[in-house]
Amino acid sequence: MSITYLEAIREAQAKLLRDDERVFIYGQDVGGTFGGAFKATKGLAKEFPARVLNTPISEDAIVGTAIGAAMQGMRPIVEMQFADFSSIALNQILNNAGTHYWRTNVPVPITVRLPSGGTKGSGPFHSQSMESIYAHYPGLIVMTPATVEDAYTMLIEAVAIDDPVIYCEHKYLYYHLKADKLPEKGLPTGRARIAREGRDLTIVSYSAMMQESLGAAEELAQEGFEIEVVDLRTVKPLDTDTVLASVARTGRLLCVGESFPWGGATAEVIARVTNQGFHLLDAAPQRLNAKDTPIPYHPNLWSAHRPNAKKIAAKARALLRE
Amino acid sequence: MLLARTLEEKLVSLYRGGLITGGVYIGKGQEAVSVACGLFLQEGDIFAPLIRDQAGRSAFGEPLIDVTRTYLGSRLGPMRGRDGNIHRGHPRNNELAMISHLGAMVSVTVGALMAKRFRGEKNFVGLACIGEGGMQTGAFHEGMNIAAVEQVPLVIVATNNHYAYSTPNDREFACHDLVDRAIGYGFEGYTVDGTDLAACLDVIGSAVKRARAGRPPQLVVASVLRLSGHGEHDDASYVPEEVKREPFARDCLKVAEQTILDLELLDAETLAEWRKEAAAQVDEAVAAAQKEPAPEGDKEDWCAYSMRDLANSVE
Repeated sequence: MSITYLEAIREAQAKLLRDDERVFIYGQDVGGTFGGAFKATKGLAKEFPARVLNTPISEDAIVGTAIGAAMQGMRPIVEMQFADFSSIALNQILNNAGTHYWRTNVPVPITVRLPSGGTKGSGPFHSQSMESIYAHYPGLIVMTPATVEDAYTMLIEAVAIDDPVIYCEHKYLYYHLKADKLPEKGLPTGRARIAREGRDLTIVSYSAMMQESLGAAEELAQEGFEIEVVDLRTVKPLDTDTVLASVARTGRLLCVGESFPWGGATAEVIARVTNQGFHLLDAAPQRLNAKDTPIPYHPNLWSAHRPNAKKIAAKARALLRE
Repeated sequence: MLLARTLEEKLVSLYRGGLITGGVYIGKGQEAVSVACGLFLQEGDIFAPLIRDQAGRSAFGEPLIDVTRTYLGSRLGPMRGRDGNIHRGHPRNNELAMISHLGAMVSVTVGALMAKRFRGEKNFVGLACIGEGGMQTGAFHEGMNIAAVEQVPLVIVATNNHYAYSTPNDREFACHDLVDRAIGYGFEGYTVDGTDLAACLDVIGSAVKRARAGRPPQLVVASVLRLSGHGEHDDASYVPEEVKREPFARDCLKVAEQTILDLELLDAETLAEWRKEAAAQVDEAVAAAQKEPAPEGDKEDWCAYSMRDLANSVE
């Protein structure tokens, strides 16, 4: 048996709906026989017609409705059709959900699923990675699963968390990533994972870029380098301890993310390591992100825009020479 | 109405005396509409008041001390100094805590009502307040539409006070009458003279009753003039004198008091006693809050997460 990243997300939701009647799924095209633009909810409306609900194209109201329901004890899962469209819901997510516990002492347990990241031919408005924006604001948990197993257990965990969770699922991984079976339990939220051990250089990454980083590590292994790859799993909370421990072993740090380069998760990792672990570094820490332009449509341009295993390996090679 | 007016006049004088930091936003001229919003709600109903709804909040059951604690920055208030003035609420008691972004609370109210329906509760309604300014936001449009799609028992009371801060109606919208929008969303729409308490009680009360009975969502558009600035920092000098002579510019409290006297429901002496009693209650709430401790930066719990293990300080 083999399960894809996408199927893991569907299975997690099926389990959540079965186990907890406070859970409902709310989003565009998630219901009926259609089951979502990516089929992440396929078949769920058949089993739970009252709790898998299509919505109008109203991202603000979708999240607002989820917030109201969550305040009243429900555990809504919102599917944004694409992460990019969550910009319409930013106000509800940042200003309403993100501030509510701090202001009123009443938490807002919503989970917002964001089909994130680039695939060939998707262009500027169906390719974005929003994790850095959400991580910047207080009150939100930002999950970025990079494996099938994490996609499953972290979504279950997201719904159990009393605070709002932004769950960034990567569209490129939907079909490309497979596992033999789904685990019962994953690492605790906020704990990073050493995805590959090494002693020459640490690559810190998450989501699809973690898979690309593993590819880069494999390429560099052919050249005799042992690269350690840290999978952050959540960019907020950020497991600084695991990153620092890895940098203590390797002395070199490269951070890789798919979001735009100005600020963001990779910059945050470097700032923390420089602050807390400057003495551990044998060379200036480096980062690799997408280019500082909108995400292009044409496959040739798209491949050049985002980091990939080859580019990560090249950047790592240069850093290893320092 | 009287209590809200008395309270807000006190808040204004505290603000002028430099005792309130931030702003003071009052509902002067809108108390008849607002009180009617709070009066017909029952336990279990959801209330989403907005900036000018002191009367409605008090009618819904908000204690005066909540107001004075929030305005005066007491650590013991519902917002504990973390938020101020009208940005307060008791979500656990179904009084939602508004954010400043107008229209956002409509869909939140829809969601709260859906949760009640999911749980199989019956006989509940939600009431969300908005102004004609907030009616022009995208969030309001999305909220109205999703309310009708979900067929939740919602009443939206929109008070047209003729100014969005300083901008008059003719730069806010171009439709003939705001209530005409009701049918476009699948709401039932009604209008009311917001300066007439009896009319407000009738029209808003009936809308609440219809929503409770399972009719489609209800929109009530009330017409008034905001008898203050946007906030107390604003002298509203942009409101022309002729507008202040319009029928909608009447002071609803004065109209109500005169009607009560004309109909001999009360005598002037009793009314004077009511005023005194309101002032005493307000003074007591102010005095109590003034004695209470303020929040302190170095003792504050700087954690925005209810699940503390997940808190992640950057420091």
